[in-house]
Amino acid sequence: MKNISDGMQEHHKGCDEQFAIAEDAAGRGDWAACEAAFSRFREALERHFDTEENVLFPAFEQRSGMFGGPTQVMRMEHTQIRSMIAQMEAAVKARDADAFCGAADTQLVLMQQHNMKEENILYPMCDQTLGTDAALLEEIERSLGAAA
Amino acid sequence: MAAALSFEQAPPISVPLRFLLTAPLFGIVFGVFLLWQGPELVETRGGFPALAATHLVTLGFMLQAMCGALLQVSPVSTGANVWRPRLVAWVAHTGISAGALALTAGLAAERLGWLRLAVPVLVASMAFYAVVVLAALLRTSARGATIAALRLAVGALAVTVALGAAAAGAFAWSWPLPVAQLAPVHAAWAVFGWGLTLVAGVSYLVVPMFQLTPAYPAAFSFWLPRVVIGAVIAWSVAHMTEAGAGVRSMLGLVLLACGAVFASVTLRLQRRRRRKLTDATFSFFRIAMISMLAAVAAGVVLPWAEGGLRVRIELVLGILLLIGFFVSVINGMLYRIVPFVLWLHLQKRMPIAPNMNQLVPGARASAQSRLHLAALACLACAPAWPPLIYPGGALFAASCAMLEWNLAQALRVCVRLSAAARGSAP
Repeated sequence: MKNISDGMQEHHKGCDEQFAIAEDAAGRGDWAACEAAFSRFREALERHFDTEENVLFPAFEQRSGMFGGPTQVMRMEHTQIRSMIAQMEAAVKARDADAFCGAADTQLVLMQQHNMKEENILYPMCDQTLGTDAALLEEIERSLGAAA
Repeated sequence: MAAALSFEQAPPISVPLRFLLTAPLFGIVFGVFLLWQGPELVETRGGFPALAATHLVTLGFMLQAMCGALLQVSPVSTGANVWRPRLVAWVAHTGISAGALALTAGLAAERLGWLRLAVPVLVASMAFYAVVVLAALLRTSARGATIAALRLAVGALAVTVALGAAAAGAFAWSWPLPVAQLAPVHAAWAVFGWGLTLVAGVSYLVVPMFQLTPAYPAAFSFWLPRVVIGAVIAWSVAHMTEAGAGVRSMLGLVLLACGAVFASVTLRLQRRRRRKLTDATFSFFRIAMISMLAAVAAGVVLPWAEGGLRVRIELVLGILLLIGFFVSVINGMLYRIVPFVLWLHLQKRMPIAPNMNQLVPGARASAQSRLHLAALACLACAPAWPPLIYPGGALFAASCAMLEWNLAQALRVCVRLSAAARGSAP
């Protein structure tokens, strides 16, 4: 992991991949594949949020002195995304393709606009503020990698 | 830096919605206007009624929706928080709506009084909008291809308005200006400088986002808006100085080539999408990109056409660009922005808000996309057989009415649920 932006963006893509597989499987009615991909998606996303909330954001807040700004908004959006995850999970359990695809469609826009803010604005700010703090990069990598 | 990146983000819901729900109404008026004018409109291309029809779409539908969408997209995606968004929205929305009506009424009825009203209203409101939005885009420390494209697009909007005002002023107040040169230069800044650059900048964000495609190639994203603006400037200079026809044709082809490359790259990315499920927005983007390629094909044969055939091909080119490319892209974007904004609003007020697909059912959006495609097919063929303007106008009005209905129904659900949530709040 060269810097924070690269590592975190790469992890976003991994989450997207599992999301797409789960959505496609639900559309085809292949619930076994959907459940497996959804479970990988949820775990990867949870690991990503944990890394941000417990490692990256606190480090950024400490170094920049910005406690109530971007990171606070990102935490709030994590809550919204988790709520949509719960709706998707309920739809998987009920084998309800319409409910799953409906929730997934909204989740996609919610998640992607969230990622866009992080990738275009917050992560570059983190790179700038935290630089190439090797210990921090290693901790982020370890925290994200535990999802694999 | 902290202030510009406060992430206050999404503006109040009324800011984008007033534009996005007004745009289809102008689309309905455009369709009805075509029915009223009939085949004569196609046969007298370049006359005042044709200019009125063009501005119903470009100002009433396109500029309206683009200005509203930009107020939503720029703070959310680039951290460019616009100063007093409610005021900016009020001024721009009122200015575009009143200005578009006055301008098109003035052109259609050849009434100078209406033109004299429209020009200052449009210039003042758009200058205010462009200055405030450009300031926000320049203040943000976000970097990347989108922010650069949006800055160039808003700068081009200011040039477009100035050129349009000069051309309109030449009619309204008999200003001694070369209208024959100004009008096509104004159109080039509007369609390519503002329109294509804005669509490209927003597509860099939303095409990968909606269908999980790979990102646009970095060098392409960087250069496209710069080449477009450079080519528009060169084309303008060539027209204003009455350079040789060969030079003007070549620069025109460079502009069209930019459109062709953008459409080809977008279609290629969509073919490589990871998200397999498709929706109305995806279909609208495909219609738009294919229309752009068809418009470019028309543009390529144009230098060899003469007389009446040349006029007809120019008209096909214009219809494919405006109705085929821009209206389609905007229509697709409306189906993502409006339900998402409403969902965001609702989920803050109730435990489980209806999702986007429940607010605007996919089947209804898809049905409307088919109406739009049928309207486009008729209108693009109308220059060859003018009576097609009747089904084309009727289908376009129906398509825009259905679009308005789909969006307004979602708003109605949102208002009802918000009121119920307020009523049940402790």
